[in-house]
Amino acid sequence: MSASDNMIPAPAVRSKPLIIRHLPYFIGAAVLVALAAGMQFDGYILNILLQATTFSIAVFGLSVVLGLCGQINLAQAAFFGFGAYAVGLGTADLHLNFWLCLVGGCAITLVAGAVLGMSTLRLGGHYLAMVTISFQQIVTLVMINAIWLTHGPDGVANIRRPELFQSSQSYLAFCVAMLAIVGYLVWHLPDTKLGRAMRAVRDNELAAGVNGIDVFRTKVSAFGLCALLGGLAGGLFAGGFAYVSPDQFSFAESIQFLTMSLLGGVASPIGSVIGTGLLILIPEWLRFLKSVPGLYLAIYGLSVILIIRFMPDGIWGFVSDAFTRMRAHSKAPPVAGALQLKPATSGGDVVLEVTGLSKHFGGLKAVDGVDIAVKRGSVHALIGPNGSGKTTTLNVLSGLYKATSGKIVLDGTDITNMAPHQRTAAGLGRTFQNIRLFRSMTALENVEIGAERPGNTMIGKGDDALTERAMEALTFVGLGSRANELISSFSYGHQRLIEIARALASNPTLLLLDEPAAGLNSTEKLELHELLKRIAAQGLTILIIDHDMTLVSEAAQHITVLNFGRRIADGESMAVLRHPDVVSAYLGSE
Amino acid sequence: MDLVLQLLFTGIGIGAVYALVALGFVLIFRATNVVNFAQGEFSMVAAYLMVVCVELGLPYWLSFVIALAGMALLGVIFNLGVYYPLRHRTYLPVIIATIGASILLSNSVLAIYGPQPQVLQGWFDTPGIQLGPVYLDSQYLLIIGVTILLVLFNFWFFEKTLLGKKLQATSQDKEMASLLGISVSTMIMITFIYSAVLGGLAGILVAPVLFVSIQMGSTIALKAFAATIIGGFGDVAGAIVGGLALGVIETFGAAYISVPYKDGFAFLVLIAFLVFRPQGIFGERVAEKA
Repeated sequence: MSASDNMIPAPAVRSKPLIIRHLPYFIGAAVLVALAAGMQFDGYILNILLQATTFSIAVFGLSVVLGLCGQINLAQAAFFGFGAYAVGLGTADLHLNFWLCLVGGCAITLVAGAVLGMSTLRLGGHYLAMVTISFQQIVTLVMINAIWLTHGPDGVANIRRPELFQSSQSYLAFCVAMLAIVGYLVWHLPDTKLGRAMRAVRDNELAAGVNGIDVFRTKVSAFGLCALLGGLAGGLFAGGFAYVSPDQFSFAESIQFLTMSLLGGVASPIGSVIGTGLLILIPEWLRFLKSVPGLYLAIYGLSVILIIRFMPDGIWGFVSDAFTRMRAHSKAPPVAGALQLKPATSGGDVVLEVTGLSKHFGGLKAVDGVDIAVKRGSVHALIGPNGSGKTTTLNVLSGLYKATSGKIVLDGTDITNMAPHQRTAAGLGRTFQNIRLFRSMTALENVEIGAERPGNTMIGKGDDALTERAMEALTFVGLGSRANELISSFSYGHQRLIEIARALASNPTLLLLDEPAAGLNSTEKLELHELLKRIAAQGLTILIIDHDMTLVSEAAQHITVLNFGRRIADGESMAVLRHPDVVSAYLGSE
Repeated sequence: MDLVLQLLFTGIGIGAVYALVALGFVLIFRATNVVNFAQGEFSMVAAYLMVVCVELGLPYWLSFVIALAGMALLGVIFNLGVYYPLRHRTYLPVIIATIGASILLSNSVLAIYGPQPQVLQGWFDTPGIQLGPVYLDSQYLLIIGVTILLVLFNFWFFEKTLLGKKLQATSQDKEMASLLGISVSTMIMITFIYSAVLGGLAGILVAPVLFVSIQMGSTIALKAFAATIIGGFGDVAGAIVGGLALGVIETFGAAYISVPYKDGFAFLVLIAFLVFRPQGIFGERVAEKA
């Protein structure tokens, strides 16, 4: 922190290696493991601790898929069961080595989770919820009915533990160690590239795709990871209790995992442990509830409704929110150098060449045979009255819509059939008319996601280089000093600037700006104009859509005019604006 | 051939129940953009209400009226307690809350009534009629008849009445509807009541065919949801065709392939559709506007 404390303009401080920064965590974990191994618990306490430990690992999975990535999984008990049956059947029936079964179980759940995810994750969350319920039901059906494999309702007994951890006490210590390791990884995940991608997908799928994130793969990874953690937890659980039966992996158990996750706080592994601990202990204290079948599950159901209503971030979310709010202002962002834009070039004169581009919605020809050629290093404007097809054109260019026909070539690469994230990797950057930022993140984190674009040659290796690049971009738009604030604390105009910074950080070859002046006041418009000049001065090619004729005529050298989906004029700015067709399109003809 | 006809009849009968519940799903989805995961529990609660009333010695028709009135009340409570407080949040919290409600409803009934499945008499004293080679069970005939009537009613209600058109307007564009003086919250309330009654009706109709049990809700809901996906999500005709198709597939699957895995066929068909034709039979691909 010394450099920023002295306010000497210098590159961001190199941070200490993670392992040293997180030393207190590992010391704490080691103490817990030693306690688990050394303290003499009676059998009842031991069982509760063992259950809490293994369940927590399964609930970590939910904090990844639901908390980080915003996707629902109502079959965690099924994945838990996969791991448990792998260890159970493997060690009891096939007499295989415990470790082999545990790893095998994890592999099976990972594959099952990924396959299930791949079949559904392209679609919305409702499908996923129902499909995971269905999957859960079918797994239960198989566990009960495929007696030749699973022993049916009788379950699997005599499950063995590894040689090393034969006593319950040592096995508990082993499970606590696993909990600490997995917990560390899950805790650290949000700050990794994959974790940031997951959060971006949760906050805004469209924007995530346009910033170079493969949305589908990110979701499948989150889902697979969740299943994997479920499988691992199940394997450990089976070893701990030596007996498993289908009712331990029913839909009700999946709901229990969900409740644990929600109660503690879905966004953090600490919340998972709190929620799991509470929901294992509370029913033990209130044992009388279990004498009436259904009563305690009914209470779970009610708690789910109440938690969602009154405490959406769970217990830990509530606590940590207050904590971050206190801390957010005290932490000064590092001071950054000047932003360098070095748009990639294949040497051609034209950066973007669009030929015969059409987009039809049923019978409506929103864009109809449009040609656009954007020259390297120029500011090119696309204008037209409302409903002329400007934004549709931009959406086809960035891949949110599939072109009905036509061809799009970006700097020599045909991107017509690419997914949004691939176009971004190929060098496209864009902003949205209705701002699409990742709302649960800070300005800096938003811009970091932009900087992380695959193929960005302007960042070095490691998190420090990433932060540095993002800080440069934020400073470039004038918001460097507020980098660590949450998006919600910025004004509309500033949010627009953050979106531009996010695109700039990725060092695009072509920047698409969708009505950047919309909703800005006159001062902000002037600032925007200045910003555009500074961007253009670094040689970045810009394609801009806007209604503001002053901005367009002053900023752009070249204008293409659309009306009713067709190109009605194209050429040097002043000439185009005087073109009779353009005048009549805007003002009506006599 | 005789067996095939017989199975077809049974399949359509059971499919009609899925269709009714699926209709309830679709109506709520169109009004609120949220899938109500407690839709199946509406059927289950209605069936239990019916059992309770009949056991009290009330006439069958009165029990029926009371059960449906109870469902209307449940629809109101459900809307006020589960959906309404969360209406400005994203769909995920709402889904989770409806799942919570589903768990709450089914387990409350379990706590009150115990796990023993109950039997509900059919509406008619005559068990059925023999028509050529096919035996037509009277309860299935009733189910099919009521479903046809309801489909016609739905069409008339949504296309021909002002209230129906207001409901449609609300489901298509809430902001615009409210600017036109339609009370959006009233429309949503009506939708919840209507779909709770529809779900309840399905439960009461199917109860004499199945046992009345705690699980009947989730089983029916799962299949009804599969039906909506097969038919095309959010499409009224799709829900009905999907429901009927699923009932037939399942009945034939149980007869020719495997009885214990009967409930699994819906899932397999669902997955097949999700992979090969996620927009369903009638649906169109939906994409978010940028």
